[in-house]
Amino acid sequence: MEYLKETPSQTAGPYVHIGLAPKAAGFDIFKQELGWDIAGPNAAGERIRVEGCVYDGTGAPVKDVLLEAWQANADGHYAHPEDGRDVEDGFRGWGRVITDFDTGLWGFDTVKPGTTSGRNGTTQAPHINLWIVARGINLGLNTRLYFDDCDNSADPVLNLIEQTHRRQTLIATRHEDSKGVTYRFDVHIQGTGETVFLDI
Amino acid sequence: MKPAEYYMRDRQHHAPALTPDYKTSLTRSPQYALLSLENSLSEITGPVFSHNDIDPLDNDLIKNYSHGGDPIGERIIVHGHVLDENAQPVPNTMVEIWQANAGGRYRHKKDTYLAPIDPNFGGCGRTMTDADGYYYFRTVKPGAYPWRNWVNNWRPAHIHVSVFGAAFAQRLITQLYFEGDPLIAKCPIVQTVPDAAAIEQMVAKLDMNTSIPLDSIAYRFDIVLRGRRSTLFENRLEGN
Repeated sequence: MEYLKETPSQTAGPYVHIGLAPKAAGFDIFKQELGWDIAGPNAAGERIRVEGCVYDGTGAPVKDVLLEAWQANADGHYAHPEDGRDVEDGFRGWGRVITDFDTGLWGFDTVKPGTTSGRNGTTQAPHINLWIVARGINLGLNTRLYFDDCDNSADPVLNLIEQTHRRQTLIATRHEDSKGVTYRFDVHIQGTGETVFLDI
Repeated sequence: MKPAEYYMRDRQHHAPALTPDYKTSLTRSPQYALLSLENSLSEITGPVFSHNDIDPLDNDLIKNYSHGGDPIGERIIVHGHVLDENAQPVPNTMVEIWQANAGGRYRHKKDTYLAPIDPNFGGCGRTMTDADGYYYFRTVKPGAYPWRNWVNNWRPAHIHVSVFGAAFAQRLITQLYFEGDPLIAKCPIVQTVPDAAAIEQMVAKLDMNTSIPLDSIAYRFDIVLRGRRSTLFENRLEGN
């Protein structure tokens, strides 16, 4: 049986910003860049910031990463026809950020997602789906961010990770200060503390 | 029948993560096995865009950064369909591209190649596929350029292409090359892909019939995203 084959992936390269975040490349071309507003002004739920750094196999921060986020709203609804349930006006649930060229730090503002339905009647703990591309990454890396103040004990994906200590690599840590709530989520592409990446 | 999971991504068709001839991959490739997941709602959904997100001129790289003139270079049209592995069109999906100018220089503050910036060329564009999955861009053919890997590596002329599809599981970034370019066979990034037929999928073909006489040469580039099953029996994706 013949099917078409998926077009092979290639690295996003060091100049990914030109196409997907041109202001960061140093010029202004589009009326609006996409992905800077994940939740919109009307979304219910707790407003949070997510920050982190991506590290390579030597432990150095990767400074040319582009990272995309895909999440449900606070009710656990995805803004997509396959979900079909309502989301707040202006809630897209998708965002795109790049790392700082000097520090490698990335961050985005959003709302904390709710639980979502998993396969076979299971419930997935609140999570944000992440996709990471950069120079040197041939095929985008998928992972998930979970929250350390949620009950993750029954999550069907975390529980698939055989080495239980590696589940921690997918759990962001909560910090609160006068500016609000921030979750820290560092990604280790390779080596000590390597993040669990997903073949979705 | 209703649509269900996406077909498993054939990772033998893609480049492995560790490809030593492309040196940067050495420290940016996971060493542990990926955790393979059957699709849940988190993977079969993905961002939805509309024409309100973009401008009509965004797909015309000859005009979208014009500062009083047109960019230097060979005027080309790049067009094709976004399909899935079932050969079904992928309609209303966002396609984004970026590229170097005709001299092989990127408009990017980190690019220091000695070829000059073109004042009339930004080098990025975006469009939405129509109901048939069709898309097109107008641009200039990018130049080859040197890059630091071995001492004397040159990237073949290429355009970076980003496609969303209908689900986060279909998200893809690839590169478009041009038929007949002798640098394709010499490029360690192209050659990360192990299969010759797979590489051929990334080579746009000269399309004389779509070329505009006395104006622009056309290249055809179809993009294939992961296909999707139909449920013959209840597969309990949603539960119960």
